[in-house]
Amino acid sequence: MMQFMLLFSRQGKLRLQKWYVPLSDKEKKKITRELVQTVLARKPKMCSFLEWRDLKIVYKRYASLYFCCAIEDQDNELITLEIIHRYVELLDKYFGSVCELDIIFNFEKAYFILDEFLLGGEAQETSKKNVLKAIEQADLLQEEAETPRSVLEEIGLT
Amino acid sequence: MSDVVEKTLTALPSLLSLDSQPGTGKLSGTSKLGNLIRNIAELTSKHDEEKLIKKELAAIKEHVSSPNTTLRQMKEIMVRMIYCEMLGYEASFGYIHAIKLAQQGSLLEKRVGYLAVSLFLNESHELLLLLVNTVLKDLQSTNLIEVCMALTVTSQIFPKDMIPAVLPLVEDKLQHSKEIIRRKAVLALYKFYLIAPNQVQHIHDKFRKALCDKDPDVMAASLHIYGQMIKENPEGYKDLTESFVTILKQVVGGKLPVEFNYHSVPAPWLQIQLLRILALLGKDDQSTSELMYDVLDESVRRAEINHNMTYAILFECVKTVYTIYPKSDLLEKAAKCIGKFVLSPKINLKYLGLKALTYVIQQDPNLALQHQMTIIECLDHSDPIVKRETLELLYRITNGQNVTVIVEKMLDFLRQSKDEYTTIDLVGKVAELAEKYPFTDNNEWFIQTMNIVLSVGGDVMQPDIPNNFLRLLAEGFENETEDHQLRLHAVNSYLSLLEKDNVHVPQRFLQVISWVLGEYFFLKAETKPEVVLDKLGRLLDQSFVTSETKGWIIAAITKLSSHTVCPNTVAEVAQKYTTSLDTVLRQHAFELKHLNEDRDLIRRVLPLDASCEDIEVDTSLSFLDGFVADALGRGAAPYKPHHQRQEELSQEKALNYEPYGLSLPVSLSSCSITGRQSPTGLSLSSGLSGNSTEMGPKGGSNSLKLEGVRNVWGKEGYLPQKETTAEGTLQVLPGHEGPGTEESAMENASLQPDLASPTIPEEDQEKQQLASSLFVGLGSHNTLCLMGKSENTSQRFRRKTNKTQESSNASEKFSDSSISSRSTVESLMDNNILENTSSEQETELTTLNQSSNQASEFQDSTTPDGLLNGGEREKQDMSSDPSGQAPSLFTGGDMVILQPSCAAAENEQPPATRPPPSLPTELSQLAHSGVQGLCSNESIAVSACKIYKDDSVVLVVFITNKSTSAIKDIIVRFAPTELKVSESTSHGFPLLEGQNTANCQCSVLMEKPCAQGALVGSIAYQAEPEKSSELQFSLAFALADFIRPLTISTEEYGKLWLAFSNDVKQNLKLLSDAKDPLTATLNALKETLQLHIVDIIGTEGIVACQLLPAIPCLLHCRINTGMLAVWLRSPSPDLPDCLLYQCQKAIQKL
Repeated sequence: MMQFMLLFSRQGKLRLQKWYVPLSDKEKKKITRELVQTVLARKPKMCSFLEWRDLKIVYKRYASLYFCCAIEDQDNELITLEIIHRYVELLDKYFGSVCELDIIFNFEKAYFILDEFLLGGEAQETSKKNVLKAIEQADLLQEEAETPRSVLEEIGLT
Repeated sequence: MSDVVEKTLTALPSLLSLDSQPGTGKLSGTSKLGNLIRNIAELTSKHDEEKLIKKELAAIKEHVSSPNTTLRQMKEIMVRMIYCEMLGYEASFGYIHAIKLAQQGSLLEKRVGYLAVSLFLNESHELLLLLVNTVLKDLQSTNLIEVCMALTVTSQIFPKDMIPAVLPLVEDKLQHSKEIIRRKAVLALYKFYLIAPNQVQHIHDKFRKALCDKDPDVMAASLHIYGQMIKENPEGYKDLTESFVTILKQVVGGKLPVEFNYHSVPAPWLQIQLLRILALLGKDDQSTSELMYDVLDESVRRAEINHNMTYAILFECVKTVYTIYPKSDLLEKAAKCIGKFVLSPKINLKYLGLKALTYVIQQDPNLALQHQMTIIECLDHSDPIVKRETLELLYRITNGQNVTVIVEKMLDFLRQSKDEYTTIDLVGKVAELAEKYPFTDNNEWFIQTMNIVLSVGGDVMQPDIPNNFLRLLAEGFENETEDHQLRLHAVNSYLSLLEKDNVHVPQRFLQVISWVLGEYFFLKAETKPEVVLDKLGRLLDQSFVTSETKGWIIAAITKLSSHTVCPNTVAEVAQKYTTSLDTVLRQHAFELKHLNEDRDLIRRVLPLDASCEDIEVDTSLSFLDGFVADALGRGAAPYKPHHQRQEELSQEKALNYEPYGLSLPVSLSSCSITGRQSPTGLSLSSGLSGNSTEMGPKGGSNSLKLEGVRNVWGKEGYLPQKETTAEGTLQVLPGHEGPGTEESAMENASLQPDLASPTIPEEDQEKQQLASSLFVGLGSHNTLCLMGKSENTSQRFRRKTNKTQESSNASEKFSDSSISSRSTVESLMDNNILENTSSEQETELTTLNQSSNQASEFQDSTTPDGLLNGGEREKQDMSSDPSGQAPSLFTGGDMVILQPSCAAAENEQPPATRPPPSLPTELSQLAHSGVQGLCSNESIAVSACKIYKDDSVVLVVFITNKSTSAIKDIIVRFAPTELKVSESTSHGFPLLEGQNTANCQCSVLMEKPCAQGALVGSIAYQAEPEKSSELQFSLAFALADFIRPLTISTEEYGKLWLAFSNDVKQNLKLLSDAKDPLTATLNALKETLQLHIVDIIGTEGIVACQLLPAIPCLLHCRINTGMLAVWLRSPSPDLPDCLLYQCQKAIQKL
């Protein structure tokens, strides 16, 4: 089972964090700090896997963004690498050629996609089409709901 | 930093202008969040950022608490709060609003609300309870999206206690018409199963339904639950093997819809999940494994495309093939796969190849030989992770011949590594290897390696490393001269280390140094003790030395001062620390001061080289009897056990003085140093024992590894013809090897034996040399001995572990009595001080029993069963005095190997070396203790052995006639004590021929429960006509000897619990370092005390046992604020009390 997933920039700025195990905020911060440091210190030709404490870390860099997952000992590193890749594919498809800024400004959308793809640390839906369908359905409702509401608000507030 | 800011800033205008375009329209560049993000990006310092966000959070706080804020605004605010939290600023004031948003908002606001909740809170957060109602409502909604959201949040975070409230609703969703709902419901149940398996026990049949779901995604989700359940109990799901095999067959065969393909690999996630489950099911099970051979073969065959995903599947296949019951052609294919990984130019695959090699190397050491060139390359890889994994691999193939090279490589890595976790792990491994092969190179190697371990490992390493090292040094190996050399090397190297000024040595290392110098300074005759004293004295003044270490140093000074007259330094030290604020140091100083005033005493108390001598401890503290009687006489209140006091206190509702109870053991410890011991609790045993040479020739198991290797690999380990081919490849592709070349080289190697090339570049020669030194001793012939780690250990090592176990027992037994609250340094110290008393004791007993060769033995009251007896027998050896008792023949575990008696040789041998009598065959199969001598004189010897039958304890008494003439009218009688001997209390033998052994059996019962009792008896006989003699003996029994598991069901337990009236409650220590402290503690208790664990539910466990013949005792254990609250009930008024005591002791030992 995946323990957590972190997205951070080349400068070490955290862009997304998802924890599948209950940890205190203090521990989360410590782990994040340590991992960001360790991963950023690694050279590009080095291998994508790390042994870190009793966990295995799988990370991959896409443009300026690092995707970093922690998995347990019996988990498969390569498939985790593909999970990262599939997530990037999903983001790419959703945002249309995704860049770091998309994720910075729309991080809640990135979370929604992640939740639809991974649930409780396991891949729940591996079909790209289905994940995006589920997200788009929810988005559609959003737009429907948004239009009348904003009109009302404008009337009410201004 | 600046360049991203620049990029961001330059990108912003274009972003804004693109705002209206589809796709990027989702960028809310003009929102408040956008502003916040942009403002933060403009800042240059962390301090400014902090200020800005504090301001932002203050504004948000005001907003959220205002009644005018609409839900729509709240949604926007919530997103900003998530952002602030991600940057590391707490916004806990908003958590409740996140819950409110999830509860009251319309769909889109609800979505953000749920997201915020799942990001802000974790399972144990109290606010989460407020979410339950919302989830309940949404689960019942007719809107699919609402149901989805509720299920999503449920499978992420949900309070454990509230599971029953939503469970029926989630269960219902398993029948939902939409697969997405069914899938999420299954995952929610998976989450419930993980956090509270008992809650979902009743719906296992519904899991089966999910497994049969027509939608592959729902089925795949159910595999998570099955994976977990099978991991916990593989036996329970063997019947599903065929179903899993069928599913995998269909997946591999491409029977699933194309949309489940991932880069044209059919449903890889599903495949891997199934492979993992098959591995769990087929492990150690031939018939189940046979079901899956075909599909595994197909999986390996089909995974051909060169894509990461295929490799992921292959890797899982390899793991499964090597986990299940082996099949040779599958293993061969898997080995080929590993080759693909290892030889891949891609670093990720190479790394995993090394991992796979590490995994399978114990089963198939030849694989390491095949890939030795790659391994050598990886050893010098620029990526430390790859290097580290290579070392792990080498660690697994270490043997007596390559250990020096491998350890050297590990030490190289250690010196560069900065990661604490790696250091701890690697230091432990080096220490393990060094201890396993201490004499590989020469004695110096061991000491030097350990020096590096101790200085690099410093204070982060596992504390048992220095302890084991000292134990090894003190107990020695089998050869006196080697031991002597080893200790001398240690002393030399430490002295030269202290020579340097301002050396900064880790505390643990200093402790080791001071102990060794204190113990073995005399070995270095040319250095005067005064010089050593001086060095230690100077160390004491160093500011970096902690007070714990100072304790060790003063202990060493005390030992040194017993053999030198150097009043100045010693007196100074003593004087200085008698005023120390640290009580332990002060105590040491006072001891030193007093001992120094009595030269006679100090020599007796601290004899040279006596760290391994055994010490008897009077656990009953009977030397205090007089003191107690006096006190009682003066009208003091009688002592009440702890729990009784607690109960009385709670009845009286008085103040609880619990914390003050701790001071008790400390005050006792000082008494025990001066007090005399009484014979209570001591028993006698003659050291009937075998001979140490029976242990097998030293290093015999090592020599095995050489055999057969030579034929293929030669002494160089690496054949020249192969070297040339491999080297050719290397020249073409420096740093990487072409896939397959290595393999073909391998094949060619044996065919072209005379292709040796003279043009091998130096660098490669080095590599080959390294290869030959690393892979020496590996080969097909020693597959067996490499199969498992334990089989790999040498005879010598095995002996060592036993000793280790023994001495830890001994030292713990020791600390039980008086100094449990003090650290190792004190116990080492006290060890020596007490020694004197114990030897005195010994003399006393010896006279009492009119025999010269008896070693007294402290019979521990918790000796529970056969398991510990190995250690105990060993201890007997340790206590053997110089009168020539040889160590016993003993291999460890609960089986004592007994030597068949050899009458002819016995005449010449001193009586003590006589092999112990052997048990009747029908009894030797049962768990039993070692044979323990009870009493003996020149003509007769009595020894006994306890047999732990399921329904009784049988004592077998052996009577050996040591003389050559017959002995008549032997009668063994047992006196009535708290222990009852059933059947008859006397056994007679009319005649026992010379050099013969007779035995009689009787079963022993503990009539009234007590922690320990002695069986007292006598033997009368006539060695010469008309002259009868009599010998007394006694044998200690512990309560644990009579405890047996009581196998009952939970319901029966419940009934019995209510029926019993006598109860005792107490808090015990919990094995808190274990993953599951409750289970670990209970299992440990079960191991030592023969209890039956009826059930473990969450943080509570119920345990049952009985005192023979049939007095039940029930234990109810619960984790309570880091302690194990134990509640014992029994029909017997004394049993709970005594059992509790045994439990306490058992836990202390762990």
